[in-house]
Parts: sequence; C-alpha cells; structure tokens
Amino acid sequence: MTANVVIQFLNGLAGASSLFLVATGLSIIFGVSRIVNFAHGSLYMLGMYLAWSLIAFFGRGSPFGFWGGVLGAALAVGVAGALVEMLVLRRIYRAPEMFQLLATFALVLVVKDAALWLWGAEDLLGPRAPGLRGAVEILGRRVPEYDLLLIAVGPVVLGLLWLLMNRTRWGTLVRAATQDREMVAVLGVDQAKLFTSVFFLGAFLAGLGGALQLPREPANLAVDLSIVADAFVVVVVGGMGSIGGAFLAALLIAQAKAMCIAIGDVELFGTVFSFSKFTLVAEFAIMAAVLVVRPWGLLGRPPAAARGAGAVEPPLVPPGPLFWPAAMLAVLVLALVPLGGEGYALVLLIDIAIFALFAASLHFLMGPAGMVSFGHAAYFGLGSYAAGLAFLKLGWPVEAALLAAPAIGGAGALLFGWFCVRLSGVYLAMLTLAFAQIVWSVVFQWDAFTGGSNGLVGLWPQGWLKDRTTLYLAVLLVSALGIFALWRMVHAPFGYALRAARDSALRADAIGIDVRRFQWIGFALAGTFAGLAGGLFAFSKGSISPETLGVARSVDGLVMVLLGGVQTLTGPVLGATAFTLLQDEIARATTYWRAVLGLAILAIVLVFPMGIAGALRILVARAGAGR
Amino acid sequence: MTVLEVSGLSKAFGGVQAVRGLGFTLAAGELLAMIGPNGAGKSTCFNMLNGQLRPDAGSATLAGTSLIGLAPHAIWRLGVGRTFQITATFRSMSVRENVQMALLSFHGGLMRFWTPAAARHRDEAADLLARVGIAELADRACGILAYGDLKRVELAVALANRPRLLLMDEPTAGMAPGERAALMETIAGLAKRENIAVLFTEHDMDAVFAHADRLIVLNRGALIAAGSPAEVRADARVREVYLGAGGAH
Amino acid sequence: MDRRKFLALVAGAALAGWVPAATAQEPIKIGEMNSYKVFAAFLEPYKKGMDLAVDEINAAGGVLGRKIEIVSRDDNGQPGDAVRVAEELLTREKAAFLIGTFPSNVGLAVASFAKERKVLFIAAEPLTDKIVWDQGNRYTFRLRASTYMQTAMLVPEAAKLRKKRWAIVYPNYEYGQSATAAFKQLIKERQPDVEFVIEQATPLGRIDAGPVADAIAAAKPDAIFSSLFGPDLARFVREGTTRGIFKGVEVFNLLGGEPEYLDPLLDEAPVGWYVTGYPWQDIRTPEHAKFLAAYRAKFRDYPRLGSIVGYSTVLSAAAAIRKAGSLDSEKLVEAMKGLTHSTPFGEITYRRQDHQSTMGAYVGKVGLRDGKGVMVDWSYADGGRFLPSDADVAKMRPAE
Repeated sequence: MTANVVIQFLNGLAGASSLFLVATGLSIIFGVSRIVNFAHGSLYMLGMYLAWSLIAFFGRGSPFGFWGGVLGAALAVGVAGALVEMLVLRRIYRAPEMFQLLATFALVLVVKDAALWLWGAEDLLGPRAPGLRGAVEILGRRVPEYDLLLIAVGPVVLGLLWLLMNRTRWGTLVRAATQDREMVAVLGVDQAKLFTSVFFLGAFLAGLGGALQLPREPANLAVDLSIVADAFVVVVVGGMGSIGGAFLAALLIAQAKAMCIAIGDVELFGTVFSFSKFTLVAEFAIMAAVLVVRPWGLLGRPPAAARGAGAVEPPLVPPGPLFWPAAMLAVLVLALVPLGGEGYALVLLIDIAIFALFAASLHFLMGPAGMVSFGHAAYFGLGSYAAGLAFLKLGWPVEAALLAAPAIGGAGALLFGWFCVRLSGVYLAMLTLAFAQIVWSVVFQWDAFTGGSNGLVGLWPQGWLKDRTTLYLAVLLVSALGIFALWRMVHAPFGYALRAARDSALRADAIGIDVRRFQWIGFALAGTFAGLAGGLFAFSKGSISPETLGVARSVDGLVMVLLGGVQTLTGPVLGATAFTLLQDEIARATTYWRAVLGLAILAIVLVFPMGIAGALRILVARAGAGR
Repeated sequence: MTVLEVSGLSKAFGGVQAVRGLGFTLAAGELLAMIGPNGAGKSTCFNMLNGQLRPDAGSATLAGTSLIGLAPHAIWRLGVGRTFQITATFRSMSVRENVQMALLSFHGGLMRFWTPAAARHRDEAADLLARVGIAELADRACGILAYGDLKRVELAVALANRPRLLLMDEPTAGMAPGERAALMETIAGLAKRENIAVLFTEHDMDAVFAHADRLIVLNRGALIAAGSPAEVRADARVREVYLGAGGAH
Repeated sequence: MDRRKFLALVAGAALAGWVPAATAQEPIKIGEMNSYKVFAAFLEPYKKGMDLAVDEINAAGGVLGRKIEIVSRDDNGQPGDAVRVAEELLTREKAAFLIGTFPSNVGLAVASFAKERKVLFIAAEPLTDKIVWDQGNRYTFRLRASTYMQTAMLVPEAAKLRKKRWAIVYPNYEYGQSATAAFKQLIKERQPDVEFVIEQATPLGRIDAGPVADAIAAAKPDAIFSSLFGPDLARFVREGTTRGIFKGVEVFNLLGGEPEYLDPLLDEAPVGWYVTGYPWQDIRTPEHAKFLAAYRAKFRDYPRLGSIVGYSTVLSAAAAIRKAGSLDSEKLVEAMKGLTHSTPFGEITYRRQDHQSTMGAYVGKVGLRDGKGVMVDWSYADGGRFLPSDADVAKMRPAE
C-alpha cells in the first residue's frame, strides 16, 4: 500500500513537471500582455513535432541528437512565438478586450492544419531519451529513469525562472509590467521589445514542455487542445502571472489525478464510485473549488484595473424610428425564403438563427454585462438536454419540451452564476469553463439518464412542426423574438445597470446598484436564452450528444461574438451568420478548411479590429460624414 | 441639526493603524474639510463611511441610522452621495445617461426589462446637470470628457438621490486652478441652498480655507485638531505637522 | 483585402447559400461524411480506399450505366454538424443516399436522421452495437464488425488461458464502455470464476499512462483486457513496458493490430499481445492480393484498415444500387437486406435480421519483423460467427 502511494506520488511529480512548463509560459505571457493565448497548446504541439523531426535529423540514438533536438525545437518554437507577437498580436493590442483571443483561436486552426500537412496524420512515436531508457527499482517497483529526470526538470526550471525574474533587469521589468502595464510604459521601456521577448520566453517554455513530453507521448494532432485546457487550469488555479503558483497548481492537479487513478473503484454505501472516471474532470473540479474559495487562485493577486486598455465603447444609440421596422422587415424577408429557396438554405438558416440567438445571449453577458464566459455552451446544452429529455422520457409535446429548455438553462445559470459573479475577468471566465466542464462530464458519464457519450437520439418533432418549412418559420420566429427581447433588455434600465456595473463597479455601487445581484440576474438571463437556443437546436438536429455543451461550442460562441464585434448589438447576429457561412463554404471547398477558416478569421481580425458590425458602423459613419 | 455622527472609528491594515479613534459630527448645510498629509487616513475614513471598508471599531450614524456593516449601495439608499478622488463614471454612457442611471436607481426603476431607459427622467437629469453647470454637455460621451467636467458629472450623479450627506474625496484634484474655485463655489452654494452636509478632503489649502465652514485635521490616523479655519490655521500642532512634513501651506 | 472586397466576399458567401447548385445529370452522387480532421490517422487511408473503389467501379462502366461520384464532407466529429452536412448532401448535392461516419455518436445521429428522412445510410466505421440493435432502424446498415463482435472474437482465446484475475483499461466513452461490458459478459459465460480486479476508465486521448500502469500493476492481475487505441495505446505500451507491468501478464487489446495504431509503435510493438487487426502484409487471398496491388500502384503506400473500410463501403453502395436497379430509397433498403458482395476480406453479407454486415476481423498476436510490429499466428474471424442469436437480436432491436 505504501509502495503504491509513493510510486503514484512520483508519477504525480513527473506529470506536474511537464504541466508546469507549458503552464508557466502561458502565465508569463498573460501576466505581461493580458492576452489569453489559446494557441499555447499549438506551440506545445509544434514543440513535439519539431523535436521529433530534429531528433531524427541529428540521429535518434545519440545523446547529442536527442538533447540537441529538444533544445532546438524549444528555441524554434520560441522564435515562432515571437513572430506571432510581432506579426499578429502587436497590431491589435488596442482592440476591445478579449479580441486578441480571436486571433489566437485562428492560429490554433492554422497550426493544426500546417502540422497535418507537414507531418501527416499518423501519430509519431518519439524516441526514448538516450541513457534514460530503463527504470530504477524503488520499493520493489520500477520507476522510469526519464520520469526521475522530469521530476528534476520542474524545480530546476522554476529556479532558473526565479533567478531570471528576480536577478535581471529584464525580469524586473516583466514583474513590473505584470503588476501595472501602464507604469512600465511611463518609465520609458520599449514595450514592443518587452512583449516580443516575453512571447519568446513563453513559447520557448511551451516548446520545451512539448519536446520533453515526446518520450512519453507520440506527437499527434489532438494534443494541442487537450494540453491548452490543462495549462489554463493550472495557470488559473495557481494565480495568473504567478510562476510559483503555476508550479504549486501543477503539482496539486497532477497529484490529484495520480491519486484518483491509484484509488480506482471504491464501494461506498453499496454504490461503486469510480475515481478513475473522475480524472475526466478532476482538474476542473479542483479549479472550481479553488476559485470559489480564492478568487484569484492560490498565489495570485487581484489584478490591477487595466486603465485605458482597449477601446472605450461608444454610448449605446437608442434605436432610431426605422430600426424596429427594419428588423421586422428583415425577419419577414427571411420568412419568405421557403417560397423560393432550396431545402438546404432552410437548414443553414435554421443553424444561423439558432447560433445567432446563442451568440446574442453570450454577447448579452460579455458586452453589456462585461462578464466573459468560456463555458456558455453549458446553458445551451442544458437547454437542449432538458428539451430532449422532456420529449423522450416524459413524452412531452415539442412545444412544452421547448419551454423546459430556457427554464433549465436559466436554472443552471442561476446556480453557477451565483459563484461566477463573485469573480471578475479571466478568473470569472475560467470558472464558467470549469462549471461547463463539470456539467459536460456529468452528462457524458450518466448513461442511464443522458445517454452518455452517445447522447439522445430521435428528437424529431412530430405533428405540425414535422414539416421543415414550418420548423424553420418557428425557429426563425422564436430566435427573432429571443434576440428582440435581449435587445430590449439592453436598452431597458436593467441593461443600463449592467453596463454601469461593468464600466465602474465602484460608481454603480455608490449610486445604489447592488452590482452582484444585477450581474447574477444578468447571468441567469443569458443562460435562459442560451437554453432556449439549445432547445431549438435539439429539435432541429434530431439528436444531441455531449458536444452540445462542450468547450468547442463555447469557443464557437465566443468567436461569433468577437467576429461580429462585441461593442455592437447586431455584432453577434452578423458574427453567427458570417461564421456559419464561412465554415459551411470553406469546409466544402477544401481539405485544409481549418487553415483557410483560420486565415479568414485572422484577416478579419487584422482588418476590422472592431469586428464586422463595428467596421460597418464606422463605414456608415464615414459615408454619413462625407455627404 | 446633526446629520453625521462619527465616534471611535478605527481601522488597521496588518500592523498599520490607518485610522484610530476618530470622532466628529457634521450638521446639515455645513462644509467640513478633512485635511492631513498623505497617509493620514483620510481615504480610509471615507471608505469606511461609504461602506467599502468595515471599521474594526467605532460607530458612524447618519441621522440616527448606523452605517457600519452596510454595503455602499445600501448607504446610498440612506441619502449619501459620493465622489471619488479618481473620477468613477460610466465611460460608455453619455453625461445625461450617467445622471439618469442615478435617478433610475433613486426612483427604484432599475429592475425593468422592457421599457427603454433613455426616455426616463430626462428632465430631472437636465435639471441636475444645470445645477452643476454642465447642461450643455448632456449628450457627450463620458469616455471622452475633460477631467474637470467629469468631476462635475460625478457631482450631478451624487446629487441624484437628494442626499443629506455628500462625501467628496478631493473634489478638485487634477483640475486647473480656475476650475477649482468655480467647482468649490458650486458645491458650497448647493450645500447652503439645499441644506446638504458636505464632508470633503482636499489638498488644495486655498480651496479648503476659502470654503470650509469647519476643518478636522488628521495625522497618522488620529484627529489632531478641529475647528474653524481660523482656529486651525492658528493651531500649533497643525503647523508642526504640515511644516514638519515639508508642506507648502 | 480592403473592406469593400471583404463585404463582397461575405455577401457572395451568403448568396451561395441560396443559389441552387446545378444538378448534374450524369454521375450517381453518393453523400459521404466523416470526421476527417478529428480522426485523421484512420480517415486519410479511408479516403484513399474510397477513391480506389470509385476508380475501379467507374473504370468497369459504373452502375446502372452511370458513373458514381462520392461527395465528401467533414462532419467535424460533431453530430450537429453531421446532420447539417447530411441535409446538404441530400438537398443541394442531390445525393442518392448516405455513407460514412466514424464516432458512435455521429453514427447514431445520422442513423436517426436517415430514419426520419427515409433515406439509406451505410454506416462505415462506427463500432457501437446500438446502431444495429437498440437503436437500429430500417434505413441504417453497418459495415464494420462491431465492438461486441470484435470482443467476441478475442474472448475464446482469452477463455482458453484460464486466467482468473483480469484488469480492464478502456477509453471512457461508448466504444470503451461497451467493449468492457461485452468482454465481462462474454468471458463470464465461458469462465464463471473470473475476477475483475481493477477497472481503469481513462479520458479519451488524455490517458495518464504512468499512473494507470502502476495502478494496474498494484492490482496484480494475471491478464489485461484493453480497448485503448491511438496515442492512448502508444503511451500505455511505453509506460507499461518501461515499468515492466506486462511481464508474465497476458494482454488482450481490441483493435491493437490495426496498422493505424500498431505501426506508430515501431520496434516497441508489444510482442505477444492478443489483438484484432489487419495483417495486410500476409493475407494471401486473391481478393486481397488484387486490392493490395491496386492500392499500392495508385497511392505508393500500403493500405491501413481504414483503406479496407473506405473501399468496402463504396463497394457495398455500388452493389446495393446494382441490386436495386434504382435510386429509390425503399428499393435500396430492400436491396441492402441480405446483400452479398466481395471485399478484400472475402465475401460479406448484410444480415436481414439486424442490418449488420458479416465482415470480420483478423485475430492474432503481435510480433516483430524488421523492427516493425506485425500480426502473427493470425486467423480471419468471420463476423457472422460472432453475433448473438437471432432471438436475442430480435429482442434488442425495435420493431420497424
């Protein structure tokens, strides 16, 4: 028994090291640039592939070949990170908050396809480290020598980073910038150089983490997304910008997972609890627990309010006399499509209508309420499962089942929102992600109730909604009404109060607005409308599975909102339309559709840093001024 | 009539006693200046009266109601308006909307989800803006306003709940000298006309001595002097603190 | 790109959604969807296999006097997207029917869609038992030997060893769960005294191989049943081997002999493991030899199992059209029932009772040859012999 615990503890230490390397790079980048770098996992993946190629090039058997390859790969990835900062991110620092995230999301798509093109689809097993191929006997069990090396690497890198941060002028600047970005600018430091070098270091660490993982895991195309989620969790649990915190968090999470696996199945009160299944969400459960107790992570500090960062949102223009008639006309025109269009146009429009409502509900949260959510799909998914289960298990008619969707979506948001509104910024976003992942894992594993990974099948509406044209009209109407209601709320005193709380919680509080209460209600309302969209989704697709509430759906929502422009009300509708059409068109036209989609998004990001709707508005304003 | 009564107010951060045993009273229509060198505990005191900090000990009552333990939004409901050292306004709203927000809150109209907010309390907002002298800025966005004007926006917002007490943390900080005098005059006029008690801190001693009815002087968290401007000016300890601290005044 | 051009692009893209594609009169279009980017390692060879079959069929004059054309779409591994592209294939591309899909949830979603739209769907790869049993329907047929069948193929060997203490490790989703359930049920039938000493459910693609290997070793099993594949399998093999946990322990790994998952292991292929798979190097049947030669000539690469699946799916589709003599859905469905045709694995039949094809799999052990993993001592297990009784099937399958 003791031997088992010790061995698993060593496993946890080895796992923590590689987690720490990738997470600390992310943490340093965020600390200085405030950029949520989705592409960090892609840098890690690049590290793996480059190391594989370089080691093959230098010679697989020799120590020089191996270590030279690892170091070369890390350096190359560092350079790639610096280039990304110089060529892409530097151009959009002044864009609204979180917009940079869109660019890094585009990079994920591009890097993935580039790796597929360069290295092929097959997994590439890396070489073992020369001289460390074997195992050492500890307590009668064999511990891989390479694991022992990894156990040492974590603390060594931590120590080197500490020296770098505390004993060099560069490190002092980085720490200063992490605490107060504007201060560093005032002190006359070349910010561009500082940012580039920080990206180099962060990317280098990601690349090193990937390269060092190669003897333990084949290079494969799925690793980018699985590692970036872990890295974010570690960074947030540790406290963003805190290197020591990242180390502590990596240790905590890796140990917790190793122990879950060691415990295995336990019988309690006649039910078998499978701790190994818990590894599916262990890190997210830990993150949720930590954030509820410590809102800025284990060693994090409350972030200094970013003054003047990003573009100030212009005042909301009350809808002119023509706005509502124009919107109604647009809906009416869309309602006439079935008369002239072919079947697929309706299918696509159903998707667009549903995603527009979903994106509008997320925008309500992100824009006016100022709460970025990385887990909004949880409420979309809860809505779709509520509708699906009411339809399948309770035998409710579609109309009634559809009412269950916003109710359950809203109830979920009410529950989780209570915790989330106690945080702010990226911490809030990550807590929404944690809750979404927890909901996802419950849905994913609860076979008897939710159908597990297969989901619910056979949700085809019967009766008058069976006909696709009718279904389309119903979806269009419900989505339009939902979006209309959200817009009304933004223009109503409640929406103003949300914006007030976002602009200045201090001032809002000082004029009698109970900020948390308003944010909580806002969160629940956003969840309600997301749930409604989810209900429509279930009946338009005929089946749903856990992906409905997965991270990818949440990210899609974010992309739609940011693409459309977070500072305008029509943004999410345009974003949902553009994203759905782009994806549909590009996926049909090319094998490397991800890369093309990524490049298209990157182009939009660089040309229209205010999003599509923002660009349109500027265009209209210019045309007006020219007249 | 006494509006605010403070006694024994104390707050420590770690080992540092930021405010110790502070006590004073403030009457309706009175302008009370709280002065003292940096770190004297002025902001801490303000934040305790406003509900952002909870004092370790002491009491503060507004017309008989205790403020201790109340959240800022609850204190506002009792009739306390507040302006900040660094202005806090809603940057994405126009000047009028900033005031409308305060009015909506005062009239209990924030939990409305359907009727447009822009049409509500426009006249009252215009009236408030006129009272602080920025009626013509109503449609400007707060995000692009000059600093001095923002200070007046804050004042208008603070007046929206028809306050009995105004807490103003350095109302003229960051303003040009000419603007300062004008703003202080506006504040003094409002206090007298509408019988509002005003507690303010200020670094600009000209403003303090020209407009305050009474002064209290803090040093290292403790009250060292109180009285009329003339009395305080003559107080030996105050002179020592300011001159000892190398103050210019 | 300036803004105006971009707007034109967006508008163009929007318009394209409405303009009906010209319906080509000539080739018969078959709609195909798969998770090409999510499961690239399996599906690239799969696509090649399809291409080869299309070439051969068209070179031989096509079917019903018309050439066939496969219109492929990426479903992103998401059931929602799959249903959308299925709609697109049917309505815009005017595809006669649907084939393809990889993960179980996508397969089930498209199967349900096929039933709703009353259109034939030949599921190529989804292994879930439910697609032909619990949630089977009139319009859905499945080519690949299911999780249950492949597990059943391994169980006789497993039972022969009379090992008592079994450890189980599986990817935590439908495929791994049903493989585990099927294994436990089937081995208990043959060997009632078995004991399952540990079960490890690992997140798909994210196995913590070291801790899992040590936990299994701590349970001191005599044998291990695993349904890991892909990077999970590679990590488990390497970490387990280094830790010496496989010494004196028999290991059974579903799908472990498929080149997609065996080849990346190079010289670290786990010699002696019992696996199902595809020993392409050594199959000497004329059907396979012909396929192998054609495949190598066309692609200058060897086939993987995915190639067989893609190739055979298209053969099934063509055979169904030929037999139906029409593109009418109901006639195609009737034609699929009991349809028999030749594949590189030999003759297969789509069973009337549950629409499952009898395509089998190769069962054998892993060996090493020239520094690469291969299957040795293998034999072909005909799928038809590893299915539950007709009575049991009838009980599971909903009435039409």
